[in-house]
Amino acid sequence: MTKFLSLLGDGLALGAVYALVALGFVVIYRATRVINFAQGGLVVFGAFLVYQGEHTWGLGFWVSVVFAMACCAAIGAAFEALVLRRMIGQPIFAIILITIGLFLLVEPVTTTVWHNPPGGIATPWKLHTVKLGDVRLLQVNIATVVLGAVVLGAFFLLFRYTRVGLAMRATAVDQEAALAQGISVRQIFALSWAIAGAVAVVGGMMLAGGAGPAPGLSVSLSLIALRAFPAIILGGLDSPGGAVIGGLVIGVAQVMTGGYVPAEVPALGAQFADVVPYVIMFLVLLVRPYGLFGTAEVERV
Amino acid sequence: MPSGGASTPTLAVRNVEVVYGSAIHVLRGVSLEVQPGGIVALLGANGAGKTTLLRTVSGLLRFHRGSITKGSVEFQGDGIDSLDAAAIVRRGMAQVMEGRRIFAELSVDENLRAGAYSRRDRAGVKASSEQVLELFPVLAQRRRSTAGYLSGGEQQMLAMGRAMMAAPKLLVLDEPSLGLAPLIVQQIRDLIVEINRTGTDVLLVEQNATMALSIAHHGYVLENGLIAKDGPGPALLADSDIQEFYLGVGESGSRSFRDLKTYRRRKRWSA
Ligand SMILES: Nc1ncnc2c1ncn2[C@@H]1O[C@H](COP(=O)(O)OP(=O)(O)O)[C@@H](O)[C@H]1O
Ligand SMILES: [Mg+2]
Repeated sequence: MTKFLSLLGDGLALGAVYALVALGFVVIYRATRVINFAQGGLVVFGAFLVYQGEHTWGLGFWVSVVFAMACCAAIGAAFEALVLRRMIGQPIFAIILITIGLFLLVEPVTTTVWHNPPGGIATPWKLHTVKLGDVRLLQVNIATVVLGAVVLGAFFLLFRYTRVGLAMRATAVDQEAALAQGISVRQIFALSWAIAGAVAVVGGMMLAGGAGPAPGLSVSLSLIALRAFPAIILGGLDSPGGAVIGGLVIGVAQVMTGGYVPAEVPALGAQFADVVPYVIMFLVLLVRPYGLFGTAEVERV
Repeated sequence: MPSGGASTPTLAVRNVEVVYGSAIHVLRGVSLEVQPGGIVALLGANGAGKTTLLRTVSGLLRFHRGSITKGSVEFQGDGIDSLDAAAIVRRGMAQVMEGRRIFAELSVDENLRAGAYSRRDRAGVKASSEQVLELFPVLAQRRRSTAGYLSGGEQQMLAMGRAMMAAPKLLVLDEPSLGLAPLIVQQIRDLIVEINRTGTDVLLVEQNATMALSIAHHGYVLENGLIAKDGPGPALLADSDIQEFYLGVGESGSRSFRDLKTYRRRKRWSA
C-alpha cells in the first residue's frame, strides 16, 4: 500500500505535467485545427529559459518562471502571427510539418545557446521529501500537482467565465460566425498559442526540477512532453477537460507500470512503462477514435 | 446613386464588383442603398450573389478569399471596404448569417453575450439584453439551454437576438425565413418590423419575396451579379414579373427572369 501511494504521488505529478502540455495542444487545436508538434519544443525551451533567468542573470526562481512564461507566450503568438498565418488555406499536413520543423529546431538551438548546463533548475523544493504516514513523497511532485492545479484552474476560469474565454469557445465552434460578432479570430489564434507556450513552461520547469522520471535539464525533456500526445488522444483533441483527465490517467498508468511490471512481469522489461502511454492511445483509438471526451464530428473539419 | 433624400444613407453600395479567388466574378457592378429608418429587401434566385453582397458590406469577404475589385461601400457616410469584420460591427452593423449559425455548443445566454462582444459599456449591454429578452420571450425561457437543442425557429430568434445584442444601427439578415413553418415566418416578419420601428435599419435578403416585400420600403432584385430591378416594396409586390417569378402566379413563360430551370426550383422552394 505504501508503494502504491508513493507511486500514485509520482504518477499524479507526471500526469499534471502531461495535462499542462496536453492543454496546450488542445487549446491550439480548438482554435486553429492545427496539431502543434512543437509543443514539446516549447517545454524544453521554457525549462532552459528558466535556467537562463536563474543562473545567468541571477533572477529568483519565480521571477525566472514568469519571465520564461512571458517569453514562450510571445514565441507562440509570434510563430502563429508570422508563420502560420501565411499558411492559411494550405493543406493541413503542410502546417503540421512546419510545427515539426519548429520542434526539430529546438534541440540545436538550445544546445548552441546553453550547451549542456551542468546544474539543473534550482527549485525551492530541491529534492526534499515529506513523510505522510509511511509514505515518502518528493516535495517537487506535490508542488507539481498543486501548481498544475492552479494553472489549469486559472485556465478553466478564463475559459468559462470571461469575455475572452467566451470568444475562444465561440471561435472553436464557428470561426465565421465569431467574426460576425466582432470577435477578432486572429487575436484568438495568437492568444491560444500564447497560452500553450505559457503552460508548456510550467510543465518543462517542473520536469527539469525533478518531477516525474527526471532527466534533469536536457533536450530530452521534449520526448517526455511527446507522451502528452497519447493524453490528448485519450481525452479528445478538442476537450480541455479531457486533456487534464487524459494527462493524469497516462501519467499514473505509466508510473504504476514502471513500479510494478519489472518485478511482477519481468518478461516485459523495465522500459515497458515508457510504451504504456502509446498502448493506451491505441486501445482508445480502437474504441473511441475521437477520445473519451472529444466531439464526434471533430474529424469533419 | 443617391436617390432623392438629403440625408446620408445608412448603407451605400456603389458599383461594387466582387471576385472570389482571382477568377470567379460574382458581383458585376451592384449599387444599393439603405436609407435611415428603412427596411430594404434584396431578392434573387439561389446563386445570384445575395450572400456575397452581404459579405461585402460586413467585412466577411476576406474570410472567403473574396475581394472587392471595383466600387465602394459606405456606412453612415464613411468608406468601410477596407475595414475588417470586427471594426464594422463596432461601427454599428450586425448580421444574421444564412443558416442561423448560432454557437450550437454554447448556451443561449452565452450566444447572446457573444453578440455583445464588440461592446464595453456594461450598462448598455445590460439594457440591450433586457430588450432582446423582451422581444424574444422564448429566449428568456431558455437562457441556460444549449443553443443546439433549440428548434429551428428558436435558433433563428437566437441568431436575431444575438445580432441585436450589438445594438446595431443596421441589421443585415440573410434568409431568416429559410426552412421555417409559415407561422414562424410570420413571427419573424413581425419581429423585423418591430426591430425597425425601434430605430434599427434593416437590409433583408430573402427568397420569400411575399414576406420581404410586404414589409420593405424598397426592394432590389439581384440576378447574376447585377441589379435587374428595384423599386418601392409595394410596387415590386404588384410587379407582374416579380409575381410570376417569385410568387408563383401566372405562366412559366417568364419574360425578364429567364431560365425556366431556376424558375421551377424557385417555385418548389416557395411552396
Ligand atoms: N466562398 C466562395 N468561393 C467561391 N465562389 C463562391 C463562394 N461563395 C459563393 N460563391 C459563388 O458565388 C455565387 C453567388 O453565391 P451567393 O453569394 O452565395 O449567392 P446567393 O446568396 O444569392 O445564393 C455562386 O455562384 C457561388 O457558387
Ligand atoms: Mg445566400
